[in-house]
This record gives sequence, C-alpha cells and structure tokens, in this order.
Amino acid sequence: MAVLIVAETHQGKFKKASIEVMSYGARVAAALQTSATALVYGNADDAELSKAGQCGVQNILHVNQHFANFNPVQCLHVVLKAIEKTAADTVIFTHDYTGRSIAPQVAAKIEAGLISGAVSLPDTTSGFALRKNVFSGKAIADYSVLSNKRVISLMPNSVQPEIGNGTATVEAFSEGLDAGSALSVERKAIEQKGGVPLTEADLVVSAGRGMKAPENWNVVEDLAASIGAATACSRPVADIGWRPHHEHVGQTGIAIRPNLYIAIGISGAIQHLAGVNQSKVIVVINKDAEAPFFKAADYGVVGDAMDVVPKLAAAFRKFKAAQ
Amino acid sequence: MYAFRAFLNNLPNTFYKHFFPVFLLHFFLNLQPQKQAYSMKILVCISQVPDTTTKIAFTENDTKFNEDKVQYIVNPYDEWYALVRALEIKETSGGNVSIITVGPASVDAIIRKALAIGADDAVRIDMSPSDAWSVAKAIADYARGKGFDLILAGKETIDYNGSEVPGMLAALLDQPYIALASKLDIENNAIRCEVEVDGGIYIMRTALPAVVSAAKGMAEARIPNMRGIMAARTKNIEVVSAAVQPLVGTKKFALPNPKSAVKLIDPENMDQLVELLHNEAKVI
Repeated sequence: MAVLIVAETHQGKFKKASIEVMSYGARVAAALQTSATALVYGNADDAELSKAGQCGVQNILHVNQHFANFNPVQCLHVVLKAIEKTAADTVIFTHDYTGRSIAPQVAAKIEAGLISGAVSLPDTTSGFALRKNVFSGKAIADYSVLSNKRVISLMPNSVQPEIGNGTATVEAFSEGLDAGSALSVERKAIEQKGGVPLTEADLVVSAGRGMKAPENWNVVEDLAASIGAATACSRPVADIGWRPHHEHVGQTGIAIRPNLYIAIGISGAIQHLAGVNQSKVIVVINKDAEAPFFKAADYGVVGDAMDVVPKLAAAFRKFKAAQ
Repeated sequence: MYAFRAFLNNLPNTFYKHFFPVFLLHFFLNLQPQKQAYSMKILVCISQVPDTTTKIAFTENDTKFNEDKVQYIVNPYDEWYALVRALEIKETSGGNVSIITVGPASVDAIIRKALAIGADDAVRIDMSPSDAWSVAKAIADYARGKGFDLILAGKETIDYNGSEVPGMLAALLDQPYIALASKLDIENNAIRCEVEVDGGIYIMRTALPAVVSAAKGMAEARIPNMRGIMAARTKNIEVVSAAVQPLVGTKKFALPNPKSAVKLIDPENMDQLVELLHNEAKVI
C-alpha cells in the first residue's frame, strides 16, 4: 500500500497544479496511514525538488529530463513502471492534459476505480469517497471507490496546498522512457499574450460580443495587464475570428476555475457558464441589466464596457500602487 | 426494352430469372469509382445525455438522476465531432462507420439519430452503464478482435464529465490513445492529430489501430436529412449482452449552494469594486 503522485515541471519549475497535487497526495497518504512518493516528470534542480518535501511527500522518483513535448505513450509507461516499483495502490494526477490522457489508461491497466476531476480530499471514514462536479457544474456528486486500488485526478485550484518544512529522499528514475516510439509528437507554438496560461491563471479577464469589434480588445488587454490576469473569450467571438480559439472558455472550449473571473460583454449563456461557474468570484460587466450572467455573478456593473473597463483598470492600478 | 424482356424470358425459369434486374443494378452500383486504397473500419462510441437545458434534479434519496420529463440527446462531443469526422473519413477513403453505446433499449432513440446522420450500423450493449470502467470494459470486450482501425469518442460526456471511457478503452485494447484531439487526419495507415494545449498545439502521429477522443474543432455538426432519417429506420442495431462489475459507485448527488444575489456596483465607483474584491472577496 502506497500513494504515488504524478507531478510535472515546466522549464525546471513545478507547475502550480503540481504543488497542489503533491500536497493533496501527501494528505491522502496520511489519511491512509502510508507513505507518499512523487514521480516528478521533467527537469528540476535540488532546490526545486525540495518543494516536494515541503508539500509532505516522503520520496521522489525523479525523471530528470527536459521533455520538449509530452508523449502520452511514453508517460503512461513511466507511470506504470513507477507504480510497479512503489507497489502503489493509489495513484494521483492533476486533472490537466496529462491527467485526462494518462489517468484513465492507468486505471484500466491496474483495474482501479477512477475519480476524474476530484475537488475534495477523500472521506475515509467508511471506504473511500470523493466529491466532484457533474452536469457541467450544475450538480455535485459524492462517489465511492469500490475497488482496493484507486486513481484520482485532482481538479486544479480546488484544494489549497499546505506547505510545511518536510524533506524527501530523491532517486533518479528512468524506467519506461524507451517506450514512446509508437507515437511521435511535435509542437506548434502559438503566440500567447501576457504569458499566463489560461488554465493556470488565478485571475482571468474575459470578453464577448458586447465588445462590438476586435479592435476594442485593447481595453480588455489593458485591464488584464493591470492585475496580471490571463485573457479569455466567449465562443461567438472565437468563432468569428475576433479572438484565437485557445482563448475560448465554456462547455465546448476549456473549463477554468480561477479565483477571479471578470466577464465583459458576455450575456452568460448556459454553455458559457458551464466553463466558468467553478470560479471563486465572478464579476460581470454588461450594459444590459437583464443579462442572465448577473444571476451567476458575485459583483455586477451595469454599464458600457468601453466606459467601465478603463475605469476599472485605473482603479486596479491605483490599488496596486498603494500596496 | 423489348429485347431485354425477351432476353429475360429466354433465361431458364428459375428464381434467378426474376432477380436478374436486381443483379444488374448491383453490378452498376459496384462500378462507382474506387477511391483511396485503404478503407477504414471505424467504431464511434456514443452516449445518451440529458439535453443541455435540462433542469437537474435527483430522486431516491439523491442517489439517482431524475429522468422525469428529460429530453435525451446524443452527447454533443460524440455526435458533432467524433461521429461526423468518422463519416468524413469514410466519404473520402471508403469504409464503414459503426456506432456503439451501452444502455437499455430506451437508448435506441439516440442510436437512430446517429444512424440518421450517416453511421452504417450500430451495436447496443444491453447493460446499465454504472461507471466508466464497466462501459469501457464492455466496449473493449466487444471490439477486441473485430479489426476496427480507429475508435473515436467525444472528449467527455456533458452529464458526468468523466473523460474516462476512451482512455480506458485504449488501455484495455493495448492501443495508443490520443486525448482531446481538435483535428484528425488519416495518413496512409496512420493518423495525425492536433491537440490544443496551453500555449501551443501538439501534433501527434501514431499508427493504426488507435483510440482518439474528439474535442471541438474536429468537425462541424451535421443535421440529419429526410433520406438519412428514412434510411436509419431499417439499419441494423445489433444487441449484445454483457455484465461487468463497476469499480465506482454513487453515494449521493447534491445541487450547489444557490448563489447569493449579485452586488451591483455603481459604474462611476470602480474603487469600491476593487475594495470589495480585496477586503470582502479576498481574491486580489
């Protein structure tokens, strides 16, 4: 019995979600009275690796290699080898691209019950129960894992990490790395303004058709810059080419759950809400006081975007300067 | 015409004689231009889900989804992207598109819808789909050894949002899995997929057979036409039985806490909004 956590580094640093999943996994291991091992996938120096110990992980299996691209066949084999080595019966991923790709395959290979997109720590009082969002955020489900083995993918930004001063042993790991040849991967970079990946962003500024024209996005980008937020958009403006598709959040785009989501000129169709309704705080700016989005918002401003947004950016800058 | 009739009358008086025009018809139909050499055998996994506008409610002590008055549809990711792309591939390179779903006879309505869009035939695994594992295992047990070149499914269902079945299916069949592909092309006996990730696009290539889950962008939704709907009535739905023990059970469903009413801020007072975000919401 052991817990294995799959964590990734990007350019030598742990992803924010990886810190969350390591802390989460360590707490799951404590609840199960067993040890936690982190399989750290990607290059990192000792100082960076020590963060795994601070998250409560006891052992690190380090695949110390710079992965230019993510190869799912290779990653699956490395994880399976690490499960073999640690005799893990509980395997925990982040519910990001890696988790969505690898977790179901691992679950089927080891015949483990899978909870994908978990948003809670397990309830181990009787059995092993976890909570997740279902019906695109319109309901919550508590599931119990019936098998002795379990695989979890943890939704980013759902369980706050606990950072202590523990330390972890480090062991280099390279088993399974030779297995990726069945699949080849190249990467086409797309230009990203601001540099904050949408799914990792704490603050997101999003705009829709209410902006009237693509050239009006400068005020949206300026607002995002004023608080270091990532930019997003609604489906219609991605479909007509005002904004790139990778910015589209909603049911058919990407689902995000930032701390703050500011929606400008977006009416709030149910399909859009499905992608953003897990945000901690929602601010809606719309000139139509009847826009359905106001029902899902914490704070609302009824007014014209071109007038309100620059004022809000100025207010944010004033606040930042005063801090 | 007379000559043709005379020719028929001169044929030996057998069963064959009456059907000779039918044979001729088949002969002409088979003369259609032979397209690309490699013809694909594609299996598309579809799932029944409640319409996106359904009011979500639960019964039996909040352990079951309340199906009362619910309008069911084909899961949009399965229909718009996976099925339509499979049909496009078939239209350019020939082959066969089968659909498969797990559920009781009541799911036949959405199977007919998928057949109306253009799938050739369908399989229904007559089993209650209790968790992703039982669904994936039942489909894998059916598909194993049947020579499917490509298995496609939507990236997730819009009800339980698992994203689980296609990956499990790939693992059970020992095939490579490409998740969340927004583009899929056939290159000889291999596939090329594009996957949108933060800050870039992965281009993944692998040999067939393989399993792919479909995200937005892979195809454009199609509306079935009258001919498709008529044809779907007579297409075959093969029903097979299966029994797989689930690995995950539902304890309880709940509805999220209702949002408290929106706090409206005067557009002339953005300092107040910033102050609330800082001191009350504590997000900045």
